[in-house]
Amino acid sequence: MLLEIAQTLMATCMDVFPVLALIMAFQFIILRQPIPRLRQVVVGFGCVLVGLTLFLVGLEKALFPVGKIMARQLSAPEFVFGTKIVPQSPDWWAYSWVYVFAALVGFSTTIAEPALIAVAYKAYHVSGGTISQWGLRLVVALGVAIGIALGTFRIITGTPLFLYIAGGYLIVVVQTIFAPKAIIPLAYDSGGVTTSTVTVPLVAALGLGLSATIPGRNPALDGFGLIAFASLFPVMTVMAYAQLAQWWALIRPKSTKEG
Amino acid sequence: MAQMTDPPYLILILLRRLFRRLKEAGSDLLPIILVIIVFQLAILRQPFPELLEVLIGAVLVVAGLMLFVQGLEMGLFPIGEAMAVAFARKGSLVWLLIFGFGLGFSTTVAEPALIAITQEAAKVAAQGCIIAPGESTRASYALGLRLTVAVSVGLAICIGIIRILRGWPVHYLIIAGYMIVILMTLVAPEEIVGIAYDSGGVTTSTVTVPLVTALGVGLASSVRGRNPMVYGFGMIAFASLLPMIFVMGFGMIVFGVKIAW
Repeated sequence: MLLEIAQTLMATCMDVFPVLALIMAFQFIILRQPIPRLRQVVVGFGCVLVGLTLFLVGLEKALFPVGKIMARQLSAPEFVFGTKIVPQSPDWWAYSWVYVFAALVGFSTTIAEPALIAVAYKAYHVSGGTISQWGLRLVVALGVAIGIALGTFRIITGTPLFLYIAGGYLIVVVQTIFAPKAIIPLAYDSGGVTTSTVTVPLVAALGLGLSATIPGRNPALDGFGLIAFASLFPVMTVMAYAQLAQWWALIRPKSTKEG
Repeated sequence: MAQMTDPPYLILILLRRLFRRLKEAGSDLLPIILVIIVFQLAILRQPFPELLEVLIGAVLVVAGLMLFVQGLEMGLFPIGEAMAVAFARKGSLVWLLIFGFGLGFSTTVAEPALIAITQEAAKVAAQGCIIAPGESTRASYALGLRLTVAVSVGLAICIGIIRILRGWPVHYLIIAGYMIVILMTLVAPEEIVGIAYDSGGVTTSTVTVPLVTALGVGLASSVRGRNPMVYGFGMIAFASLLPMIFVMGFGMIVFGVKIAW
């Protein structure tokens, strides 16, 4: 256990070291400025390093093994069909629990995603409190949930990834035209931050496990793509939410407590 | 936070903060714990594997998340914004761009998720007989992919910086990027498409996102007339879009002969 923590700490330090070196080099050589409140910043970096390490070790110990086992069990033919043999072309509705699980895993891992916490924190402060941290995180998590559920549907039905992504882009473009201008950059950003430390390993395990059990699916080709879904759909939900909030404000101008 | 001179006072404040953070981190992780418990016990009806190990892990995750968020507020955000302001005061675009590129490149090239996905991609390519079988070609293919993604993230940050300074609306650039992605998908080899789409998602790591966001917001607020809400965000979107284009381009260069029949 301790050895594992030490190893992960080393790996995290290696990851953070280039950033740190870059910041140091620019701060002292190019900008030639002392860092304001140096002690606090140093302690902060220490917190980030240790925190990230514990977080990763904990995920490796607790979440990933259980999540991966569950993904495998849920997509196993014994659970889905009650027999060991998978029908040649399985009906997509037979996997209903897989969709539910996919959506819930997408939702709950996104809530725990540190990068999203960071962006929500920043958005809250920059917007002067108009965008609530939990509100943004819930909306983004909902988007990931929809995205991953649809992504598993795609793996099960075997439809080409390209169609979904192109369709999704089209919706995003149309939404961009109508959505309130101030939310657009944040909406685009929220697509990128959803998929990192927590979500990717679990979702990838689900995709690979699923495509391995369904006949005619190549895990190497069909296992990919879930992450793309998870980064596309939050963009839509965030813009849709902003749109709804705007309409709501138009319909009921008196209710100032909204949000 | 105004007076942090008196040691006992400091400890009290720290403890109180710690407690609040602990509660926050707990509620961040509650959904996932619930999902796992419900599915494990109610739907799969399986006993919990290695319960003790899992419990220890969960405690570590909560503690880690708590420390991370604390460090975010104390270290990553202030330094990102302080540097943005310092760059704006210095007024040197070239150095700012070099810094932005370095930030994007250096954090991406070592990203574990990216390393994992490129190795997986190399395995796929070797199975599909697209690249010659053998350890060395596979390694160089994976490295090529990784460098492609890292360069594209670095460039994306540069584009984001220029956009903030020039005041371009983000959606024109993103929609143009979408169009390029779709057009390239039509001509790019099939094996690269899934990986290209995914590589957009995995590039933005947990340390990069806060730094880049702070940099963007800091820059936007130091340029007069820029609303930080509109101009401060958007850089991460570039960082997830450009890798898709670059990876598909990489695929077209590497497998170029095959597409041209």
